[in-house]
Amino acid sequence: MAQNREFGNRRLHSLLGVVPIGLFLIFHLTVNFMATKGAETFNAAVHLIEFTPIKIVVEFVVIYLPLIFHAVYGIYIAFTAKNNLGRFSFFRNWMFFLQRISGIITLIFLIWHVYTTRIQAALGAEVNFDMMATIFSSPFMIAFYIVGLISTVFHFANGLWSFSVSWGLTVSPKSQKIMTYITLVVFLVLSYIGVRAIFAFV
Amino acid sequence: MAETKTKTVRFEISRQDTPDSAPYTETFELDYRPNMNVISALMEIRRNPVTVDGKTTTPIAWDMNCLEEVCGACSMVINGKPRQSCTALIDQLEQPIRLSPMRTFPVVRDLQVDRSRMFDSLKKVKAWIPIDGTYNLGPGPRMPEKKRQWAYELSKCMTCGVCLEACPNVNSSSSFIGPSALSQVRLFNAHPTGEMNRSDRLNAIMGDGGLANCGNSQNCVQSCPKGIPLTTSIAALNRDTTLQSFRNFFGSDQV
Repeated sequence: MAQNREFGNRRLHSLLGVVPIGLFLIFHLTVNFMATKGAETFNAAVHLIEFTPIKIVVEFVVIYLPLIFHAVYGIYIAFTAKNNLGRFSFFRNWMFFLQRISGIITLIFLIWHVYTTRIQAALGAEVNFDMMATIFSSPFMIAFYIVGLISTVFHFANGLWSFSVSWGLTVSPKSQKIMTYITLVVFLVLSYIGVRAIFAFV
Repeated sequence: MAETKTKTVRFEISRQDTPDSAPYTETFELDYRPNMNVISALMEIRRNPVTVDGKTTTPIAWDMNCLEEVCGACSMVINGKPRQSCTALIDQLEQPIRLSPMRTFPVVRDLQVDRSRMFDSLKKVKAWIPIDGTYNLGPGPRMPEKKRQWAYELSKCMTCGVCLEACPNVNSSSSFIGPSALSQVRLFNAHPTGEMNRSDRLNAIMGDGGLANCGNSQNCVQSCPKGIPLTTSIAALNRDTTLQSFRNFFGSDQV
């Protein structure tokens, strides 16, 4: 059984995408949304998070390590697929393709996002409303963030659908169809929250 | 009938002389006959292997057996879709009719492919019911009729390879056994006697190249000529293997 790691890795990949990464995404977008209530509210929320006990450990365990595993294994999964949309243009095959594309876009976005925020913070910059407002002073950055956000939220929502299949929660075609609608709502709601937050900084 | 005489059928066929040689395309034109299918057209070409340019060529190689869509041997890619050539009626196809082999499999020659990997997969997942013993084991448990009717749908699989051809995750860089063998695990696990070896099959598909490779593109269920609920089988096995992995890990019982 020693070499049979694939099952465990795939299941871990699927699980980590929802817990903790998905939960962190929802939390993150919720905090961002505070910006729509003004700079003080946002800064107060950010300030509160800075008081997380053993923050650096929490960051590594809840965010960085799961994300790195999910990203590295995800790239492997994405590049072992041979997409065939030209011959099979079914809805789920599109989702299969978009899940892989959005994963790559999200990874590029996140590397940039983490570099301009968390790494700058580690180098001494202060994370607050003004930091984001400076980033969004460029229209290119607004566009880049919107693409990154939509891609991330899509990857999460559609990933939630495949999570429910991969763990055997939705077995019947009917339950899978209803899950498609539920995850569509998740996609729309989180996209709305995220885009509203971006424009709060503009 | 005089007017149908002038009607012709045009074929663009992808050919390949040896497993390693480069494929090339040859075009053929035949007189139309009513109720033609792709196989009868291929037989016609075999009788007179002359291309549309008047060049005499070798007869086309392809596999066939039952001619009624139960054996799965004559599968090929017809106008971009993998399907059986015996049930591909010329009247229902757009022309020119493009034929190519299912390249997910090693090509033997022309339209003929080697589907050995599918049969190896069936062995890997133990897609049978072991009934041999050193003494007469007696009759097994009975199967409810309702369940038999349900299981019959899964048993229609003819190992034709269409689902593997349609699956984006079955390719040269992956060892995925594909939907058909997985669905057979569900079939044999559902059988009252087969159920006795349930964990053997589940552990087999939890190995490398197994169930976890499914990426949920669901092309298989859309393409299966027998309408087998392949993705329902996969999801059901996902649930079974989730529980089996708990059993394996916490070790309450190993059957």
